Amino acid sequence: MLPTYASPIERIWFWSFRIFCVLILIFLVSPLLVIVPLSFSADTFLLYPIKSFSLRWYEEFFGNGIWLTSLKNSFIVAPAATLLATTLGTLAAVGLTSSDFPGKSVLMSVLISPMVVPVVIVGVGAYLFFAPLGLSNSYFALILVHTALGVPFVVITVSATLRGFNANLIRASASLGANPITTYRRIVLPLIAPGVISGALFAFATSFDEVVVTLFLAGPEQTTLPRQMFGGIKENISPAIAAAATVLILFSIALLLTLEWLRGRAEKTRTSVA
Amino acid sequence: MLEVMPTMSQTLTVNAPLTAADGELLTVKLAREHRNKQLKAVALVAPLAIFLLLTFLVPIFMLLGRSVDNPEVVTHLPATSQLIASWDRRALPSEEVFQAMARDLTAAKEAKTVPEVAKRLNMDISGFRSLIQKTARKMPLELAAGETMRDRFIQMDERWGDPDHWHVIAKNAKSWTPYYLYSSLDLRETKAGTPELAPEEERAFISIFGRTLWISFWVTVFCLLLGYPLAYWLANLPARKSNLLMILVLLPFWTSVLVRVASWIVLLQREGLINSALMNLGIIGEPLQLAFNRVGVYIAMVHILLPFVILPAYSVMKSIPPTYMRAAISLGDHPFAAFWKIYFPQTVAGVAAGALLVFIMCIGYYITPALLGSPEEQMVSYYVAFYTNVTINWGMAAALGSLLLIATMTLYGLYSKLVGANKLSLG
Repeated sequence: MLPTYASPIERIWFWSFRIFCVLILIFLVSPLLVIVPLSFSADTFLLYPIKSFSLRWYEEFFGNGIWLTSLKNSFIVAPAATLLATTLGTLAAVGLTSSDFPGKSVLMSVLISPMVVPVVIVGVGAYLFFAPLGLSNSYFALILVHTALGVPFVVITVSATLRGFNANLIRASASLGANPITTYRRIVLPLIAPGVISGALFAFATSFDEVVVTLFLAGPEQTTLPRQMFGGIKENISPAIAAAATVLILFSIALLLTLEWLRGRAEKTRTSVA
Repeated sequence: MLEVMPTMSQTLTVNAPLTAADGELLTVKLAREHRNKQLKAVALVAPLAIFLLLTFLVPIFMLLGRSVDNPEVVTHLPATSQLIASWDRRALPSEEVFQAMARDLTAAKEAKTVPEVAKRLNMDISGFRSLIQKTARKMPLELAAGETMRDRFIQMDERWGDPDHWHVIAKNAKSWTPYYLYSSLDLRETKAGTPELAPEEERAFISIFGRTLWISFWVTVFCLLLGYPLAYWLANLPARKSNLLMILVLLPFWTSVLVRVASWIVLLQREGLINSALMNLGIIGEPLQLAFNRVGVYIAMVHILLPFVILPAYSVMKSIPPTYMRAAISLGDHPFAAFWKIYFPQTVAGVAAGALLVFIMCIGYYITPALLGSPEEQMVSYYVAFYTNVTINWGMAAALGSLLLIATMTLYGLYSKLVGANKLSLG
C-alpha cells in the first residue's frame, strides 16, 4: 500500500504499475472466459454477440460418435501413460536422490530431455521407429511415447520432494525395527505422496494435451481429443469446439484444484513432521 | 612438508586399524556399503533409462541417421554403383557401366523400384525422373550387331551423353550423402565435393531458420517484459491476495494449448471480439488483420509461454527478503535506484533461466504457428512435419530435424550449465 505522504509521481507510478499488472492478468484469463459462453450459443459460427442460447453443441459433442470416440481414446491413453510415467519416474527419482554415482548429472539431463526436445522430432522419430514394427497405428506406441514425454515432470517433482525429505526418519524407522519395505510404505511414501501425485498430474496433462506425436503416430482409430480439436480448428471452427474447450477447461480447473490442495497438504505434513 | 608427512602418518598408524563388530576392516566395510548403495541407486534408475533409450533416444538417433541415409541408387542400381566408382569422372563412363545400367534398370523395372531411383536422382538434376522412367520403360534392350549400349542410350536420349548426369549417379552411388544436410543450410555440393552457397532464388531454409530464431527471440522478450513486472507485483502482495491471483496465472497454464489457440482465433479473427469492440468504439473503421499473421502468432505464443517466465521469476522473488529494498531506501536511495541496484541483480539468474527455457521451447513450436499463422510464420518444425507428411521426403525432414535438434540441445546444454538440470522445478 502507498504511504499517505507519497508524492503525486509516486502515486501515478504506483497506480499505472498496478493497472499494467491487472491488464496482463486479464490477458492471461480472457481467452478462457471468451470461449465458454460461445459453447452455449445456438449460432453455427463462433461469433459474438450471442443471439440465442442452446445446448445443441453439447448434444453434438456428447452425441457425436467422433467426439466421444476421441474423448474415450484420450481416457485410454492418458491414464495408461500416467501410470507408467509415474512408476518409472518415481523409482528413478528415488535412485537419483539416494546416492551419488558417476555420470549422474548427465543421466539426469538425459532423463529430463523429453521436455525440451521439439515434439515434432519426437513424433517423426517415433514414427520411423514404430512403423517398421507394425505399431504405427496402435495405442501401444502412443502410450509409450506419451509416457516418455511425461516422465521428466515426475522425475522433477518427486526429486524436489525427496530433497526436502529428512533421511533421519528412515534411520529412526529402521532403529525401531521396521524393515526397508515397511519403512518405504509407512514412512517414505506418505511423505513423498504429494510430489508423486503432482508429478502424475503433470504427466496426465502432458498426455491429455498432446497433439503432435498423435498426429504422426495415431491412426483414425486412436484419434485423441486434442487431435480431433486440431483437425476441427484447421478445417472449420464450429461451436462444437467451444463445447469441447469448455469441457477441457473444467477439467483443467479440477486438475489445478487437486494440485493446490496437495500443495497445502504437503506444507502441513512438512511442518508437522519438522 | 615432506619432512612432516611421515611423522603425521606415523601418529595415525600408531593405533590399530579400526574394525567393525565382526572384525572386518571398517574402511573396507564402508566402501562396500557405499558401492551397494550406488548399485541400488543405479538399479532404480535403470528401468526408466532403458525405457527412454528404447522409446525416445533410439527413435531420435534413427531420425538423425536418416538425414545422411542415401539408399536408393546403391540398392536399386547395384551393378552400376559398383562399376561407376572407378570412373575417372571426366569423359563418359565406359561401355561396361552402360551395360550395367541396362541390367540394373531391367531388374528395377521388374521389381517396380524405378520411381524411387528416379525421385532421388531428380533431386540433383530436375528432369532426371523422366529420363530414368523413359529409359526403364524401353528395357530390356536388344542391341543390333556392332552397336554399343552407350550409343543406344545416347540415341534414346542425348542426356545420357552428358557427363553431368552420370556425375549425379556416381555421387549417389554411396550409401550416405551430405545432400540433405547441405540443402537444409541452402548449400549444394560442387563437383569437387565441397559445399557452396546455392543460387539466391533456390535458397529457402536459412531464412526459415532465421525466422524461427527471430520469432522465438521476440516471444521471449515479450514474455520477459510482461512476466517480470507481474511476478514482482505478485511476489510483493500479501500471501492471501497473491495466492488468489496466482490462480489466474496457473489456470491458463493448465488449460489445453488447443483451447487457447481456438480462443485466440475467436478473439482475433476479422469479425472477432477485439475488432468489433474497436469498431464499435470508433477507434478503427476497418477490421484489423490480427489472426493468421505474425501478430496472432506473437499474441498466442506469448500467452502460452508467459507462465514459464512468471513462475520461476515469482519463486526467485519470493526468496528475496523485502528488508533489502527497505534498507537501501532508508539509506537514501531512490526507490528506482534501489530496485535496480539491489533487487534486480538478485533476480537475474532465475529469470534468465526461465527466459532461456521459453526460447528453447519456442524454437520447436509447431501447433500455434500452424493454426494461427500464414505460411510466412511457419517455423522449422512445420517443415519437418511438411516433408514427413506431404512430400514424404524423409531425408529433408530428418536433416531439418537434426539441425533443429542440435540447436535445441546446444541451448539445453547451456541451460543445464546455468541452472543444473537437477535444480529444475515446476511452479
